[in-house]
Amino acid sequence: MLEQVTKAPLTIYEEHLAKGELAYQHSLAADRPFFFPRVVCPYSGTDRYEWRVSGGLGTIYSRTRLYPRDAESYAVVLVDLDEGFRMMSRVVDAPADAVEIGARVRLAVRPGEQGEPAPFFVLEAA
Amino acid sequence: MSVHPLQRGGVAIVGAAESDLGQVAPGLTPVDLMAQAAARALDDAGIALSEVDGLFASGVQTRMASVALAEYLKINPRYQDSSFNGGSVFETMVAHAAAAIQAGLCSVALIAYGSTQRSASMSGSGPARLVGIRGYDPFITPFGPKMPMGAYAMAAERHMYEFGTTREHLAHVAVSARQWALKNPVAWEKEPLTVEQALAARIISSPFSARDCCLVTDGGGAVVLVAADRARSMPKPPAFVLGVGDAVSHYEIHSMPDLTTTATVESSQAAFAMAGITPADVDVVELYDAFSINTILFLEDMGFCEKGQGGPFVASGAIAPGGSLPVNTNGGGLSYGHPGMYGLQLLVEAVRQLRGECGERQIDDCEIAVVHGNGGTLSSQSTVVLGSAATL
Repeated sequence: MLEQVTKAPLTIYEEHLAKGELAYQHSLAADRPFFFPRVVCPYSGTDRYEWRVSGGLGTIYSRTRLYPRDAESYAVVLVDLDEGFRMMSRVVDAPADAVEIGARVRLAVRPGEQGEPAPFFVLEAA
Repeated sequence: MSVHPLQRGGVAIVGAAESDLGQVAPGLTPVDLMAQAAARALDDAGIALSEVDGLFASGVQTRMASVALAEYLKINPRYQDSSFNGGSVFETMVAHAAAAIQAGLCSVALIAYGSTQRSASMSGSGPARLVGIRGYDPFITPFGPKMPMGAYAMAAERHMYEFGTTREHLAHVAVSARQWALKNPVAWEKEPLTVEQALAARIISSPFSARDCCLVTDGGGAVVLVAADRARSMPKPPAFVLGVGDAVSHYEIHSMPDLTTTATVESSQAAFAMAGITPADVDVVELYDAFSINTILFLEDMGFCEKGQGGPFVASGAIAPGGSLPVNTNGGGLSYGHPGMYGLQLLVEAVRQLRGECGERQIDDCEIAVVHGNGGTLSSQSTVVLGSAATL
């Protein structure tokens, strides 16, 4: 039986981001992570999961380079975190053309478009 | 292999039609276009509006689409369906309609769609834009992808990384679609396109330029289905539903397990198994080319070429007029038109090919057509196999 939720998973995720941390959930039944934050563990159909904080290191799984007419180029990416989950992000502090699939990246929490802290990434020095 | 619960060839599409297309008269509504296409499809079938007792409709701009269309046409359906699982919903609805007819829940099923997204998004001389259905998403919006383009672009980039697919391969998809469109009087695009022109277009979201992206047009369509026994007495050759298959792999692109393999593998295997066919049996493929990479992914995933070989396959000219596997003979979402959700137009073109109504673009001896719908961001896949009476 799932307990009543007193704090939304999204709220917990956002509280970690406010501290500069990328939090994710880890299934206790399946011993594997899942992301985005959920009320129900998709591997077990239960609420038997725990919150963990990522080390913030990952590898670019895919990317798309955008070239706005009125702004700097940038790359939107899918990052495979070392803990075993995938998320969308953007590589900051680098032009789009510097962002390659397979590159190592590191978490950099910065303000998003509405000022809210968001999990961006920077290229990890080779 | 288990026997499919639906009867192979148990129902057929007996009426098919488009609404007005391209940029329609100012003031027309999405339901106007649904109703217009419905009336044309019923006329095509020789069935009276009053006989419709199963109503299936969906739309980006139209909530409660089957209810809205029932009101408009003063139909009181015994069975209705307003599913909204993306642009593939109309292939899904063929399966739903087949099940409903076989179960006796309705006898004349009408599936309809309409969109005025081009007209609705035009402000003065501004460009046509997609009618947005996306709100703020903390796992997407802060990073600035242009959605849905960005999702498909990342699938294309990963395909290029793993298999050596090139922008030139993608350009051949656009050029092949354009060659077909030039043979279709109602296609939006009227001018030739070369690989060189496609490659010279400005990159918007790599590897895509505008030539890799579907059009933004108004339009709609409708099809009418009845049981096979009745279909045989209809005025025009029926398109029998030989197989159906549906599969979902994710909703947003960050949760797609492998960006180079779609759930089309499962949907097509289910549809082909029910139909008792292999890719070698197929005469024409109508697939949902929202972006150029779609054609490559879906041809691979349905087994028309090996995984990773879709680029060289399309660059060989195989899918263009005169090629070994005609694909998107109406010109596709890339060059015929893309009214928000494109899945219904695929069915209309497949029916016309099976009937031999396609004029300059008609495929010789067309007996088996595969229709493949895609929804969301490569999320929801639905395959329908249609066949002439000779395939029963």
